[in-house]
Amino acid sequence: MHPAPSVIIFTTFSGLGFGLLFWLGLGVITPTGISAFIWFAIAYVFAVGGLLASTFHLGHPERALKAFSQWKTSWLSREGIASVVTLIVLAIYGAGLVFASTPFVVLGWIGALGAIATVFTTSMIYTQLKTVPRWHQPTTPLLFLLLSLGGGALLAGQVTLCVVLLIAAAAVQLFAWYTGDKRFAQSGTDMQTATGLGDIGTVRAFEPPHTGTNYLMREFIYVVGRKHARKLQAIALLLGFIIPIILLLIPFSHIFAALAVLSHIAGVLTLRWLFFAQAEHVVGLYYGKR
Amino acid sequence: MPKDQPVVETSPNVSDEVRQTTCYMCACRCGINVHMKGGKVAYIEGNKDHPVNKGVLCAKGSAGIMQHNAPSRLRAPLKRVGPRGSGEYEEISWDEALETAVSWLKPIRDTAPEKLAFFTGRDQSQSFTSFWAQGYGTPNYAAHGGFCSVNMAAAGIYTMGGAFWEFGQPDWDHTKLFMLFGVAEDHDSNPIKMGIGKIKERGARMVSVNPIRTGYNAVADDWIGITPGTDGLFILSLVHCLLKAGKIDLDYLARFTNASVLIDQDPKSDQYGLFLRDKDGQPQVVDRRSGALAPWNGQGVDPDLSGSHRARGITHRPVFHMMADRYLSDDYAPETVADRCGIPAPRIHEIAADLARVAFDEAITLDRKWIDFRGVKHKQMIGRPVSFHAMRGISAHANGFQTCRALHMLQIILGTVETPGGMRFKPPYPKPATAHPKPHCKVAPGQPLDGPHLGYVQGPEDLCLDAAGDPARIDKAYTWENPMSAHGLMHMVISNAHAGDPYKIDTLFMYMANMAWNSSMNVGGVHAMLTDKDENGDYVIPRIIYSDAYSSEMVAYADLILPDTTYLERHDCISILDRPICEADGIADAIRWPVVEPDRDVRGFQSVLCDLGARLELPGFVNEDGSAKYTDYADYITNHIRRPGIGPLAGFRDGGDGRGGVNPDQLRSYIDNGGFWLSHVPEDAAYYKPFNMGYQDWAVKMGCYDVVQPYIFQLYVEPMRKFQAAAEGIGSRQPPDHLRAQVQKTMDPLPIWYPSAEAKAEDYPVHALTQRPMAMYHSWGSQNAWLRQIHGVNPLYVPTKIWEANRFADGDWAKITSPHGTITVPVAHQASLNENTVWTWNAIGKRKGAWALDNDAPEATKGFLLNHLIHELMPPKGDGLRWANSDPITGQAAWFDLRVRIEKTDTPKEVQPEMPPIKSLVPKAPKILRWKVGK
Amino acid sequence: MTQLPPPSAKKLGLVIDLDTCVGCHACVISCKGWNTENYGAPLSDQDPYGADPSGTFLNRVHSFEVQPEAAPAQLIHFPKSCLHCEDAPCVTVCPTGASYKRAEDGIVLVNESDCIGCGLCAWACPYGARELDADAGVMKKCTLCVDRIYNENLPEEDREPACVRTCPAGARHFGDLGDDNSDVSKLVAERGGFDLMPELGTKPVNKYLPPRPKDVTTPCAPLETVAQDGKGFAAWLDRALSALPGGAS
Ligand SMILES: Nc1nc2c(c(=O)[nH]1)N[C@H]1C(S)=C(S)[C@@H](COP(=O)(O)OP(=O)(O)OC[C@H]3O[C@@H](n4cnc5c(=O)[nH]c(N)nc54)[C@H](O)[C@@H]3O)O[C@H]1N2
Ligand SMILES: Nc1nc2c(c(=O)[nH]1)N[C@H]1C(S)=C(S)[C@@H](COP(=O)(O)OP(=O)(O)OC[C@H]3O[C@@H](n4cnc5c(=O)[nH]c(N)nc54)[C@H](O)[C@@H]3O)O[C@H]1N2
Ligand code: SF4
Ligand code: SF4
Ligand code: SF4
Ligand code: SF4
Ligand code: SF4
Ligand SMILES: [Mo]
Repeated sequence: MHPAPSVIIFTTFSGLGFGLLFWLGLGVITPTGISAFIWFAIAYVFAVGGLLASTFHLGHPERALKAFSQWKTSWLSREGIASVVTLIVLAIYGAGLVFASTPFVVLGWIGALGAIATVFTTSMIYTQLKTVPRWHQPTTPLLFLLLSLGGGALLAGQVTLCVVLLIAAAAVQLFAWYTGDKRFAQSGTDMQTATGLGDIGTVRAFEPPHTGTNYLMREFIYVVGRKHARKLQAIALLLGFIIPIILLLIPFSHIFAALAVLSHIAGVLTLRWLFFAQAEHVVGLYYGKR
Repeated sequence: MPKDQPVVETSPNVSDEVRQTTCYMCACRCGINVHMKGGKVAYIEGNKDHPVNKGVLCAKGSAGIMQHNAPSRLRAPLKRVGPRGSGEYEEISWDEALETAVSWLKPIRDTAPEKLAFFTGRDQSQSFTSFWAQGYGTPNYAAHGGFCSVNMAAAGIYTMGGAFWEFGQPDWDHTKLFMLFGVAEDHDSNPIKMGIGKIKERGARMVSVNPIRTGYNAVADDWIGITPGTDGLFILSLVHCLLKAGKIDLDYLARFTNASVLIDQDPKSDQYGLFLRDKDGQPQVVDRRSGALAPWNGQGVDPDLSGSHRARGITHRPVFHMMADRYLSDDYAPETVADRCGIPAPRIHEIAADLARVAFDEAITLDRKWIDFRGVKHKQMIGRPVSFHAMRGISAHANGFQTCRALHMLQIILGTVETPGGMRFKPPYPKPATAHPKPHCKVAPGQPLDGPHLGYVQGPEDLCLDAAGDPARIDKAYTWENPMSAHGLMHMVISNAHAGDPYKIDTLFMYMANMAWNSSMNVGGVHAMLTDKDENGDYVIPRIIYSDAYSSEMVAYADLILPDTTYLERHDCISILDRPICEADGIADAIRWPVVEPDRDVRGFQSVLCDLGARLELPGFVNEDGSAKYTDYADYITNHIRRPGIGPLAGFRDGGDGRGGVNPDQLRSYIDNGGFWLSHVPEDAAYYKPFNMGYQDWAVKMGCYDVVQPYIFQLYVEPMRKFQAAAEGIGSRQPPDHLRAQVQKTMDPLPIWYPSAEAKAEDYPVHALTQRPMAMYHSWGSQNAWLRQIHGVNPLYVPTKIWEANRFADGDWAKITSPHGTITVPVAHQASLNENTVWTWNAIGKRKGAWALDNDAPEATKGFLLNHLIHELMPPKGDGLRWANSDPITGQAAWFDLRVRIEKTDTPKEVQPEMPPIKSLVPKAPKILRWKVGK
Repeated sequence: MTQLPPPSAKKLGLVIDLDTCVGCHACVISCKGWNTENYGAPLSDQDPYGADPSGTFLNRVHSFEVQPEAAPAQLIHFPKSCLHCEDAPCVTVCPTGASYKRAEDGIVLVNESDCIGCGLCAWACPYGARELDADAGVMKKCTLCVDRIYNENLPEEDREPACVRTCPAGARHFGDLGDDNSDVSKLVAERGGFDLMPELGTKPVNKYLPPRPKDVTTPCAPLETVAQDGKGFAAWLDRALSALPGGAS
């Protein structure tokens, strides 16, 4: 899949933002006044900024409101609703903290639930796609959730929580990579089922339908980027998990904390790039490329 | 229906008006419905009533709208202001353009008309352009047939009065086994596809013989991946098998072919190898009823295939004996030819057996009565449901004429030509060589030529040689180098004109041929010849006038450009005098008419010729008072009379169809009828056309010819023997010594096979071919925004064996070298390919600056022409002569004799050789297209 | 609207004959022409005369090479457009309801005025049947020529998809695959029509007909020799001719 910057930024930052909102809503920290304002501002900048980034790849962002209508079937629609509800609920909760120094605990919990729901719906947009076997498995939502919560914990300064969650996330990520490489083969979809010609012999793509490019090839076939996958995986592990954990475990310093956050963000961006770039869509079979 | 399901407008207005005309995205000439909205072309689809395409349309046809709107369209007459080849031009008025042309053409007509060479490329109005050239008086006229398929056409005409394509087609409704030789697309594009679809629907079988298995060949039930250039041998081997097994249609051979005609067998006789004729000159046969001699066409005669005859001490044997002698030889045994053809011997046996089985065991009969020319009444029409079709794969080789003859012989011995289930002619064919004119070349200053330029020679006396025995034509057509060059040799014009051999010319006038690119061999050489200057600094070819509709590679080399309209903007006439659109069951012709008016200062080329003809006062173009005879081409189409009762269009004439007087409303009638006219062949005349009196009478009535002229198929072509005899020293017109051996060997009156001229196999082991892409027409499809997305680059396809030997991988490039040069191009792997053959799509490669494409267009950076590797002359053989890369009988360009070697190379910046860009003659093209004319 | 309607009785779709398709791309271009001028936004082309031309097409023809174990390789042309799946994943993922499957005939359409151009439906389609138009910013897909097949401004015989009408080889068939007695259903039954990627559970309505077996010349007994040379042939010829009507007995 084409690793579009808008989607990478969206999933990375909204994941972090909603992760932080989750911990705020849960009341793991309950800042008040101006400090609450700053905490919430950070969370909202991440969450809303991510959401806004996601509209950049829309053909018609001005019609975005229509996307709330199909919650019965569409995970994208559900994500929209979940995110807006969450943002509103937690805005009230936050307002309580900022202006009244009062945590409306129940609202906070509802908001926290909304925040993981939002991250879950986001992950399900990808997980539901049978067309991308690498995504179509339980590790996808698990990873999205662990990363969001771990990253949120990092932002929220929850060292222990963060370390535990990031270790878990790294483990799931390693597992996802390990299994992911085989997902396409295991999915049962191949040249033979794509073309129905397998009874005759071995099928190979000969000429593509157009010598020029097209939307499908741009969107779904990303062979070039995958060449450096191994290297990038190592970098992502290092930046996303190992460095932040080390920085968190050495005696506390704001600089180190900030570096840990930056490193983590860079790591997750890399992870997300890989998430897309390594994902192979079955349509590539028709082009003899994945 | 769920209440929130959107309402879709399922009956939108399709168009304000439908205008029916004829497609010209290729030469197939399908009928089209042009849907108009607000006076603009909105959508093009096939015309369901049209005899050619019956509603279907190919990719090019549907993309016509993008052709019609192409940014590459020329916009006004142009005068060259920079050096030739630079692309520097200035727009001028039509008056200036025409006056310039007249100022060049008038003086040469008055002094030496042969100094004009007028060649018309992909012309669909040859009966008109040749009429113009005849009036002008130059012998130097032809269209593109010489580099295209003259082998196929001429071999067909000489053998049986027509070939495939517009001459004939398989009997799609009845055939049970269809065998296709060397066709990727054909001119009959849509009909072939429709035919293949039809036979598949009926469960009939299809065998393809082609080194490459794509397109039609990919859907064939059996594929014979033959080695290029060896089809003749394979076919003669099939003939060998069939003769050996006696699986031949004896009755058909005896009655309808010259297998029964007697031939002089005495090597010492001056008639050796010629027909035994009676005092009326009619070839003789032995009549089985009496055992006596009889003319072939005598009433009631029952020709004997077996009886020989001795007269005045000379033995005469029927042609059939000579055939048996030759083809039963083990030289043609499958076991002998297998390796050479790349087809296992058992496979050849299998195919022979299959042909015989279907032809004889599955014979079909139609209960239709008919009477043959000997007065014999037949109760039924018996069919041998095996049909063949072939095109350039067998014709574009230097042994193509004889190979095409061999194929015709194969069909004929099976009795499948013009019988149900076999190959059927399309009126006005069949028409034997003798019913065609002979070539004419007699020049007189200020006078028209003594007759039509092109035709069919019957012997050395008909060659176009001057008193000294030198070529009369600039292209050396109808000379000992290529005696039966029935379509001329357009591909030799530029090099001969440049060399001043046989003489110098003054003006080269060309129409619709991209001679500076894909229709020339030796492209770089042609550029050099077109721009070469003599010691005085003048161009060696002094003047070039060219008519094109688009900014092609060729326009940059002209001194004066006459911009044509697009096919939707002009009148055209697809005439029975020319190359009509008939089908086996009907005679038909068609028009194009301006469904939209041009929005540029351009004029239909034929109208321009009418104007030029009048300004030059050519006979046929001026009235007695010297005024212009035709205001434009439409006027000519309506009012021109070729022979009494016969004009360019046969339909809706005054007094009837076929023959009749001028009908001033004729074009209107065509438009009202969908742009064409069609009249059906009567049922009892539908088969056995050459021999069927029902057909003969109908053909005369329709104006196909003026008198009934039945004939029999010429398995033995006597005119060829006359040339051969001359080479043996007989007769007064003698070939030059260096050509004697070639003429003697190749002009064999019975089909033979010889290896086509080729480079040394050790140095150049690989055959290199091109194929027509179905979605592109030569060079001119690339300016089409939709089509160029399908074919924007053309890799060289390499078979598995060569792919692996070179350790090629996807995306690799290779150097391809022929004796003539080297190109560096991208390669791709294909397994369904003859193991010694590589190929690419034809004419995808483009020159930078042409066709309104950006200079970095993939066509120019990755697309390429194989033509750079092909030369119009063979590599020197050490005999001091340069032999032409063409068929020694017809002069057909031998495109497919190319041999190369391949080596892997680093990926270059772009294809090599790189040519400097030409300056575009048109403004820059848009960056985005959203073509919707309705709201 | 992204909920799929209950399966309709009428299932309009295409049947594509891989035995007959010669790969001519006629269907590709007639589709482009019709749908540029009709339903919704025109199918645009970017850089149409430049280095990287790329446009929206609703139907594309691939070609595949198949290598059997012990026979020459075969080449198969393979047209592909929307298969109008019964269980269309492209519909259910759509957040706006722009994508829908018609309840009355099963045609899957995009309501362009609702489409936000998010691309998700194209991600969900296994077949590459949807393309986001770079100019209009909306999702384009095969409409099964819904504006032709019911179009009362067209003569009855022309009420079929543009691609079907134009296909020179007759390799494309249109009809109701929900009706077992329709021509297309019979064709599918006779020729063993199959689904693409059946394991994905999309239940395509369009079917593909497999190529017939290749390179198996009808077995026939080898020809018997009647004569080895010219002489023997002449003798055979005499015998054969006398057997013909009118021959000497
Ligand atoms: N390597 C290789 N080379 C080949 C062949 C091959 O098989 N292999 N095939 C050969 C054969 S058979 C042929 S026929 C030639 C074909 O080659 P060409 O005869 O050169 O054919 P086109 O490329 O179609 O170009 C004809 C010219 O006509 C112009 N034209 C198009 N429409 C109009 C119009 O309406 N009016 C006017 N006035 N001009 C118009 C085009 O712009 C173009 O410049 O190529 C030959 N070259
Ligand atoms: N779409 C489209 N249609 C066209 C044209 C076009 O440019 N585009 N051009 C038109 C013109 S001008 C012409 S002349 C016709 C030509 O129509 P075709 O005769 O179909 O011409 P080519 O495409 O050159 O195909 C030649 C075929 O012969 C095969 N071949 C080559 N050598 C041999 C051999 O030795 N033996 C056998 N058995 N096969 C061999 C090649 O593999 C190829 O398949 O097409 C016309 N129609
Ligand atoms: S075959 Fe195609 S391009 Fe040629 S005339 Fe017919 S529709 Fe036009
Ligand atoms: S038009 Fe017909 S034959 Fe041509 S590519 Fe399409 S389906 Fe195949
Ligand atoms: S083919 Fe693709 S676009 Fe069409 S209905 Fe099926 S999933 Fe949807
Ligand atoms: S691109 Fe349009 S049709 Fe497709 S899912 Fe998004 S909104 Fe729906
Ligand atoms: S049915 Fe219509 S929209 Fe669909 S592929 Fe055919 S022409 Fe295109
Ligand atoms: Mo040609």
